[in-house]
Amino acid sequence: MSIESPRELEKLPTGIVGFDQIANGGLPKERSTLLSGTAGSGKTVMALQFLMAGVRQYGEHGCFVTFEEAPVDLMQNVRSFGWDLESMVRGNQIAVVDATPDPGTEVMTAGAYDLSALLARIENGIRKVGAKRVILDAIGALFPQLTDPNIIRRELHRITAGLRKLGVTTLVTMERTDEDSGLGRWGVEEFVADNVIVLRNRLEAEKRRRTLEILKFRGATHHKGEYPFTIDAEDGVTIIPLSAIELKQKSSEIRVSSGVAELDKMCSGGMYRDSIILVSGATGTGKTLMVSQYVKAAIEAGERALLFAAEESHEQLTRNAASWGVDFEQAERDGLLRIVCRYPEVMGLEDHLLQMKRDIHDFQPDRVAIDSMSAFERVSTQKSFREFVIALTSTIKHLEITGLFTNTTSFLTGGESITETHISTITDTIILLRYVELQGEMRRGLTVLKMRGTFHDKDIREYQIDGRGLHVLAPFRGVHGILTGTPTYTFDDERGRLRSLFEAEPPAAI
Amino acid sequence: MTKFKLRLYITGSTPQSHRAIDNLRTICETELPNLYEIEVIDVLEDPEMAESEKILATPTLVKRLPEPVRKIIGDLSDRQKVLLGLDIERLNQREAS
Repeated sequence: MSIESPRELEKLPTGIVGFDQIANGGLPKERSTLLSGTAGSGKTVMALQFLMAGVRQYGEHGCFVTFEEAPVDLMQNVRSFGWDLESMVRGNQIAVVDATPDPGTEVMTAGAYDLSALLARIENGIRKVGAKRVILDAIGALFPQLTDPNIIRRELHRITAGLRKLGVTTLVTMERTDEDSGLGRWGVEEFVADNVIVLRNRLEAEKRRRTLEILKFRGATHHKGEYPFTIDAEDGVTIIPLSAIELKQKSSEIRVSSGVAELDKMCSGGMYRDSIILVSGATGTGKTLMVSQYVKAAIEAGERALLFAAEESHEQLTRNAASWGVDFEQAERDGLLRIVCRYPEVMGLEDHLLQMKRDIHDFQPDRVAIDSMSAFERVSTQKSFREFVIALTSTIKHLEITGLFTNTTSFLTGGESITETHISTITDTIILLRYVELQGEMRRGLTVLKMRGTFHDKDIREYQIDGRGLHVLAPFRGVHGILTGTPTYTFDDERGRLRSLFEAEPPAAI
Repeated sequence: MTKFKLRLYITGSTPQSHRAIDNLRTICETELPNLYEIEVIDVLEDPEMAESEKILATPTLVKRLPEPVRKIIGDLSDRQKVLLGLDIERLNQREAS
C-alpha cells in the first residue's frame, strides 16, 4: 500500500496582481477567509477587486454583502479605479445584499432570534446571479445593530458554514482597532479562523507602508511574512511578491557594449545582455556620463533604451548628452529612447515600482538605466528600498534585458554607501568610480569589482573625461589603498617615483 | 382609531416561527381586538421583500402603522417589550386616565 501525501486544498485564483503568487494559487476554494486590517488599510478595495477580477478575468459572478457602507456609496468610491460595478449589477453579474443599518427605523429586541433572514438573502443573491465569489464587507458593523454578540458570533458561524455548502469562495472583511490588537473586535476570529489575511498600514520613518500578510490557510500552503502592496488608480491593489520571485531567469551568453570601449575590453568583451550593472561613485565621477554612453551604445546598435532619471530633468539630460555627442532628442524621435523623469519624492516606492514596471511593459526596451538608484533610497525605509531594488531587478532580468543602475556614494574617495550593501548582491557587475588623491592631485580611478560568469580585469585604472566621453587609461602603479580612500605609495624614493613615471605604460594602452 | 398594520418576517416553518406567530396573535387579540392586520412573510419564499425592508434577523415584526415604523426582533416572548414596541402600553394608560 502506498502512502499518499495529503492533498492540498484547491485554490481559487483571485486575479489580484501578486496575491495569487504569495498565496500559492489563490484563496482556499469554497472556504471563507477573514481579511483583517485597521481603518483605511484597503480591505474593502481588495475585497471588491476580488469580485471585479472574478467577473472580468474568470467570468465568475459575485455577490457583495455590505454591513457598513451603503451599496451606492461603495460603488461610487471605487469608480476612480475604473470599476463600473453599477453596470455589473445591472447586468446581473454582481448581486448586492444591503445589510447596512436602516437609519429611519427604531429597532428593539423581544425574544430569541437568529440571522436566517440574512443567510436567506445572501443565498438569494448568490442564486440570482450564479455567484462563485462572495464578500461580506465590514461584518463588525453588524454588532451594534443587534444586541447580543454571542448570537451574532454563533450566526456568523452558521452563515460561513452555509456559504461553504453553496460552493462559494468568501472573503470576510473585519476592522481591527489597531495594528497590535486582536484580529477583529467582538472575537470574530473565532468563527472564520481557518484562513486569515492581515492588511497593515504602518507609519515608518514618516512614510506609509502598506503590507499584506497571510497569517494562515488551513490545509493549504502560502508564502509567509509581510508583502508590501500599493493601491493605485489603475490596478487597484497590487501586491509585490518578493520572496515569491523565482530565480529561474535564463542566462544569456550574448554580450552588449557598455558604451565605453576600454571598459568592454576590461570585461572580456562587454556586458552580458541579461545582467544588472551597478555603477557606483561619488558626485562628479561621471556616472551620468556612463549612463549616456550606455544609452548611446544601445541606440547605435538599433536597440531601445529606457532611462529613468530621478535627479535631473529631461532638458538637463539631453543637454549634457549633447555635449558628449549623444543626440537624445533624435533617438527619442526615432523611437529608440524614452526618458522618464520622475522625482523620487512624488510618490511611495511601491508606486514607483508599479509605474516603472508599466513603463517597461509599454516601451519594451532592450536596455534600462536608472540614474540614480540611490536617489530612491532617500525617500524610503531601508526595507522598502531593498524590496524595491529586488523587485525591479527581477523584472528586468525576467525580460532578459540589460539594466544599469547608478549609485552615488557619500564619500569623495573610497568609502561605501548603504545602498551598495543592499544592491551589490543582486547585481551581476559592479563598476566603481573613485576619486584618487595622488601627489596632491585629484584623479579618477575605475575598477570592475565583480562580474559574474566571466574573467575581468582586476586593475584599478585611471580614467579621464573629455568632450567625447569617458576614457579608461593605464592602471595606477605604485599606489595602493585607493578604494579605502587612503592611498599609500610604495615608491622607495623620489628617484624611484620619477623612474616609474617614465617607465609607466603609455596612456590608453589597453 | 387607526388600525395596526403589522408584518411578521419568519424564515421557514420552524418552532421559532410558530412561537412568534402565536405570541403575536395572542398579544393582538388581547390588546388590539379588531384593530390589527397581520401579514406573515416567509423570507425563504420572498427574499426580495426582506431585501427591500432590510431584514437581517428572524423573526422580525415590523410595525408599519401607526408611525413611527419600528422593528421588533425576536420570537416576541417578552410581552412587555412587545407592548412597548407597539406603543400599546401608552395607549392603555391614556385610556385608563
